[in-house]
Amino acid sequence: MNQNKTTSREPLFHVVKRPERSGRQMLLFRLGAVALSILAGGLFILAIGYNPIEIYGTILNGAFRSKIAVQSTIKITIPLCISALGATLAFKMKFWNIGGEGQIIMGGVFATYFALFHADWPHLPLMIVCFLAGLIGGGVWGLIPALFKVKWNTNETLLTLMLNYIALYIISWLQNGPWRDPAANGFPKIAAFAKNAVLGKVLGVQAGWIVMLVFTVLVWVYLKFTKQGYEVAVVGESQDTARYAGIHVKKVILRTMFLSGAIGGVCGMLQACGTDATLSTGIAGGVGFTAIIVAWLCQLNPGMILVVSFLFGVLEKGSGVVQSSYGLSTDCAAVLQGIILFFILASEFFVRYAFAGRSSAKGGKKA
Amino acid sequence: MKKLISAALALAMAAMCFVGCGSSASSAPASSEAGSQAASAEGAGVPAEDIKVGVIHIGDPAAGSGYSYAHDQGIVAMQQTLGLSDSQIIRKNNISDSDTTAIENAMMECIEEGCNIIFATSWGYMDTCEKLAEEYPDVLFCHGTGYKSNGTNFNNYFGRIYQSRYLSGVAAGLKTESNMIGYVGAMGQENGEVTSGIDAFAMGVESVNPDAKVYVKITNSWYDPEGESQAAKALIDMGCDVIGQHCDTPNPQLEAEKAGVWGVGYNSDMTKDAPGAVLCSVEWNWGAFYTQAVQNVIDGTWVIGEHVDNYFGDMADGLVVLSDLSDLCADGTADAVQAAEDKILSGEWDVFDGKTEIEDNAGEMHTVEGADYGSINWYYRNVVQAG
Repeated sequence: MNQNKTTSREPLFHVVKRPERSGRQMLLFRLGAVALSILAGGLFILAIGYNPIEIYGTILNGAFRSKIAVQSTIKITIPLCISALGATLAFKMKFWNIGGEGQIIMGGVFATYFALFHADWPHLPLMIVCFLAGLIGGGVWGLIPALFKVKWNTNETLLTLMLNYIALYIISWLQNGPWRDPAANGFPKIAAFAKNAVLGKVLGVQAGWIVMLVFTVLVWVYLKFTKQGYEVAVVGESQDTARYAGIHVKKVILRTMFLSGAIGGVCGMLQACGTDATLSTGIAGGVGFTAIIVAWLCQLNPGMILVVSFLFGVLEKGSGVVQSSYGLSTDCAAVLQGIILFFILASEFFVRYAFAGRSSAKGGKKA
Repeated sequence: MKKLISAALALAMAAMCFVGCGSSASSAPASSEAGSQAASAEGAGVPAEDIKVGVIHIGDPAAGSGYSYAHDQGIVAMQQTLGLSDSQIIRKNNISDSDTTAIENAMMECIEEGCNIIFATSWGYMDTCEKLAEEYPDVLFCHGTGYKSNGTNFNNYFGRIYQSRYLSGVAAGLKTESNMIGYVGAMGQENGEVTSGIDAFAMGVESVNPDAKVYVKITNSWYDPEGESQAAKALIDMGCDVIGQHCDTPNPQLEAEKAGVWGVGYNSDMTKDAPGAVLCSVEWNWGAFYTQAVQNVIDGTWVIGEHVDNYFGDMADGLVVLSDLSDLCADGTADAVQAAEDKILSGEWDVFDGKTEIEDNAGEMHTVEGADYGSINWYYRNVVQAG
């Protein structure tokens, strides 16, 4: 399906799309990338004067060493996984929703309204209302760029990105203004939720992990087995084809972006009501961006997203322990994470493309 | 197909990590449940070797100056005095006070490490302390600078820093030539911690120089390196020639040095940051508290889960100090400071003694005891808000 065009004037090297690799090859390729990333990360650790094996060991140990450690690791996994699932819906449609942060935040903001001002409601109905509020808050925040897209064909990458900052400033405004905790001695923050407005724990982890599992299955079913999911895929492959097939493209874009944002919004609600028991500017904390990487790394496969999010959770949790047990700065842990990501993402490039010299340009025709 | 591959990849990644850690993974098995060793208390103390201390810092002590550094010096002093090993101290650095998730993760990690005492050094950690104190009754949460506590495993620590602020005001009042003294504050008038400090400083200034005024600029953040520089610069541009501060970094002092004016540092001795500007620094000697707190747990004076007290130390306890005066101070400063310090240490007089009427800049009169510093949300009569 991908033939190289041999042009008359070629540069010394150029990038060519490779023929689809066999499953075995791809597996080896990715394993190689993981091995290389661990190696390169190890070199970095050596360079700053530590023993790589010890540090890697501490990462794993730190993530699994006790029940509380595992619970913490799962707690980190929840927002990442849910947010990646949300991004997946949009990406499947090739709608570049990089507004996960904003959608998480707005979900949190909407849910927080009820958690703060209706904390006297019975617990279960209150949680359900918070959940729905989060869903709608995130959904509306996702719908805005979609509306602009179908009406004026605006660039959704820019718009979703900019909406992140607007959402963040909405929290700043709320905590400095209308929702400021009067008991906080002038410190700009939103009050901690009453206990009734805090999501309970199941097996020692906030109940959001159940939502995470349910959403993983739902998104998988939605994309794989429903008509709407099929429409998303067709619109993603070619809008013309979709139109030709009688699919109402605009409707699909609006609907899908609402759902994509809504999932992010639920993530925000779970963070606010489940983990933080308040709303702070750190509610999304970069999760919306990491989720994009997770979604692509998993080729938009919901089951994989669950697994890879957990591995990210391990890395994150373990890095924290490395920081405190070795007195490493938090930046070193970030560099390590960056190196590992870089290699894995680079491998995706080489799975699909190759550098070809002039003479080997025809190589691509095979297979 | 792709699914399978990805699944395999993920598994491989995990497997890889396990292979990578080899030996150390074997040391992993089920480390003791959080803080359970602390629970052995039958009214008795916890042996020193069973103490494990967690510290949550808003900045990085490696900065070598300022708030987190000062707290960490206190932790180091406590560790040395009580002979604790390095592995008995867990530090979590750079934990933003506005990122609740990060705060909780950091504290959970300490709990998971088996810490039975957690020192949460920044104001914004208070609510998380309150929440976790309920979930983990075997862990003592000591929170600095806030106002909440529960009497059993969540207490509060702070002190009469206004005493050394007053003394630094004496140094500033004697030094100023323009009679305009700047002050970079973290929080606005309604924050008693910052405002009581400003008032004490201003009273110190007035005691030696009734003509001088104190101009206050607020950054609205405990830790904002850039904002703190800008506030100091603006004050210097207005004509202030001594810059005091209540914020976490030494940046206001650096600005003062750059502009060729003077300053009064805070938290740690900032002479080493800006030797060309700093007259003296208002310092916390947190080691006085940290040592006392851990000692109390070892002795059984405090029994985690049953009874702990709040702590409010002062100059006599050694918690609050004024650094050595630098050579930049005006003549006679040492004597004037010494005289005031003697009065405070002897108990003869205090800045906020609960009796003396103090006039604010709106003409109202107040009496207040230092322990109620939180209620001080008025500025002393020579204080001017510089926007």
